[in-house]
Amino acid sequence: MTTEIDRRDYRGAAERVAERYGRDRGFLIPILQDVQKEFGYVPREAMEALAELLEIPVSQCYSVATFYTSLALTPRGKHLITLCLGTVCYLKGGKQIAEVVERELGVEAGGTTEDGVFTYQPVNCLGACALAPVMVVDDVYYDKVKLSQVSEILAKYEHGEKAG
Amino acid sequence: MTLRELQARAQEKWQSLTGGEEPIIWVGLATCGLAAGAGEAVKAARAQLEEDGIAARIVPVGCAGACCFEPLMDLEKPGGPRICYGQVTEEKAREIVRSFFVGGDPRPDLALGTVGEVEVRGIPRLRDLPMLAGQVRLVTRNFGMINPEDIDHYLADGGYEALERALTEMTPEQIIEEVERSGLRGRGGGGFATARKWRSCREAEGEPKYVICNGDEGDPGAFMDRSIMEANPHAVIEGMVIGAYAIGAHQGYVYVRNEYPLAVQRLASALEQARDHGLLGENILGSGFSFDIQINRGGGAFVCGESTALMASLEGRSGEPRAKYVHTVEVGLHGKPTNLNNVETWANVPLIIARGGKWFASIGTEGSKGTKVFSLVGKVRNTGLVEVPMGMTLREIVFDIGGGIPEDKEFKAVQTGGPSGGCIPAQFLETPVDFDQLWELGSMMGSGGLIVMDEDTCMVNVARYFVEFLVKESCGKCVPCREGLAQMRAILSRICEGEGREGDVELLLELCDVLDEAALCGLGNTASNPVRSTIRYFRGEYEEHVRERHCPAHECRGLFRYEIAAEPCTGCGACRRACPEGAISGERGEAHAIDQTTCVQCGLCFEACRFDSIVKV
Repeated sequence: MTTEIDRRDYRGAAERVAERYGRDRGFLIPILQDVQKEFGYVPREAMEALAELLEIPVSQCYSVATFYTSLALTPRGKHLITLCLGTVCYLKGGKQIAEVVERELGVEAGGTTEDGVFTYQPVNCLGACALAPVMVVDDVYYDKVKLSQVSEILAKYEHGEKAG
Repeated sequence: MTLRELQARAQEKWQSLTGGEEPIIWVGLATCGLAAGAGEAVKAARAQLEEDGIAARIVPVGCAGACCFEPLMDLEKPGGPRICYGQVTEEKAREIVRSFFVGGDPRPDLALGTVGEVEVRGIPRLRDLPMLAGQVRLVTRNFGMINPEDIDHYLADGGYEALERALTEMTPEQIIEEVERSGLRGRGGGGFATARKWRSCREAEGEPKYVICNGDEGDPGAFMDRSIMEANPHAVIEGMVIGAYAIGAHQGYVYVRNEYPLAVQRLASALEQARDHGLLGENILGSGFSFDIQINRGGGAFVCGESTALMASLEGRSGEPRAKYVHTVEVGLHGKPTNLNNVETWANVPLIIARGGKWFASIGTEGSKGTKVFSLVGKVRNTGLVEVPMGMTLREIVFDIGGGIPEDKEFKAVQTGGPSGGCIPAQFLETPVDFDQLWELGSMMGSGGLIVMDEDTCMVNVARYFVEFLVKESCGKCVPCREGLAQMRAILSRICEGEGREGDVELLLELCDVLDEAALCGLGNTASNPVRSTIRYFRGEYEEHVRERHCPAHECRGLFRYEIAAEPCTGCGACRRACPEGAISGERGEAHAIDQTTCVQCGLCFEACRFDSIVKV
């Protein structure tokens, strides 16, 4: 599996993305986000290439990549579970939902399941408070989630994985 | 093209849309609507139209603010009234499309209200609904009415007239004077006088100057700025161009949270269209003034809502704030004079220029002028976006507009200002809401989240929630914030877990003082508010946790129990099946019981019971 990843063109991707933003280092965050979109995370090799292209130290790339929660330094799972833990979701049971998700998947916040199917990422607020509690899998919003629905929702993706 | 020509063309287009021969379906496609299933509803409506052989236009609009009724869909026949339907499921979409367009029956039983002045038998006007009747919609006036991805809709509604006026009839100083007359204060939380900020930046030495729109709406429970950017992005852009002209800036940035992809998309398309129309970029409207705007996505860090951290982020660095003894209006982005305002502040600017500062100042209270958009959420019936004049009382907002607390529960507090704000208890429901009053109560306006809490909400846990939030979001640069918050979290956690000690409350207050005095930025300086305000108004709850090891709101695990009341229990077994720990036993048809030694208090049985037999004690 590593050989497959190694064969990927980190530098090429870094160049493409950097050009898109005119090699402006002020756009480092969106640049890293776009790199992440390509690989599912921010690979070290891409950061090194970016540092050279933007004429900044690698440490600045690393500092930014570790500061912002939307950037990940390790590969993410096939499906991203975003659980809103904003105040309203929290008050309406979001915390209990978090516990169920963690128990079902056996991962902690920010973790990826061993089989690489799910990455679980709680976030502060998705701004859809009227629909609380809200859980998003990839781009699909699940609103007014009940504790009992969590395993159903997860199963959809697990089974899709098996069937696919 | 002149603005007049642009507008004439836009109006023609609007006329051919609304005055045409085709029926129209307007559908709210903002984040809330989409999350509630608007996408599926549109598909169903489209399928029904096809089945019935009707050619209709489907026009996407922004959020109308009535989140609790999402997905929203308006149907309009040529020359007929526009009728709004709420909670449109796929089935309901098919039903209303067929009934209204084929059968001519507007289905008053399913309708929410009519849009505008027209009345239809059996259907109230939307504006007369309790949720909307008390509102004064200025910033949100065309939410849900226009397509945010079509600049012509905004132009047809009088958009960019204020900009033209500013560029052709006013000097930069006159614009600042007009804003000063309006009394506009920053909507991002601090409430700083906008005109003063603009003037300082204009007078500051150094070139180039920058203007920034802060769309890093980080307060959990607040989504006004998201809605504005999604529903009416041109108002923000127009405000920024006017401000840039007044300040003397030629480059602007909109910094948007990473969690708001739709806002980014809508803004990007609005910027492109504004450029194509000569309303942004080189030589705007032939005035000789040039200004452009770039969008920057945030990276998911709450602290970046703080102006100096935001600017660090715009420079491609970690979002760490700096001390502000030198103001950002003098030394800001790239060390140059920078003026930063919040999304809603910018959106107010065109209104002030178009209608005058005096008019704006006639709305609101002595010290806080105009309206404020709030996101009214939590334990309240009508959740959504509400825009009210400054000075409306909390009671009017929560009970008249919000419709009160669901399930007839008791109102306990309203939380304002996000993690920088506090909880305001029932005895202050008559308080008029403005910047100064909220500050006096130990809270703050913040960006405008109003989170209603009922009797089931534990105030100690609320304080713990916000402190935990801030621990995660503290950038770690200054010691009081990094270490002080961690200590506060440890104390609050032990209180919530039944391990609280005598003297803990006093210790918390001491830590609050340290943060107030010594933290570097606004995040740390206001971090004590959630703790201090809950102690100030709900000290009894803290004491009950510490002395009696009991949570009066039945929220803190371990400080209450789930029990099955023998009387209403039918022995259906739903709770037994739901329990992941096998802690519930009982014969079918007989009252069940919970084994307290194995119960983990996950709450699944409480949710599963349909007979209210499970009680928290």
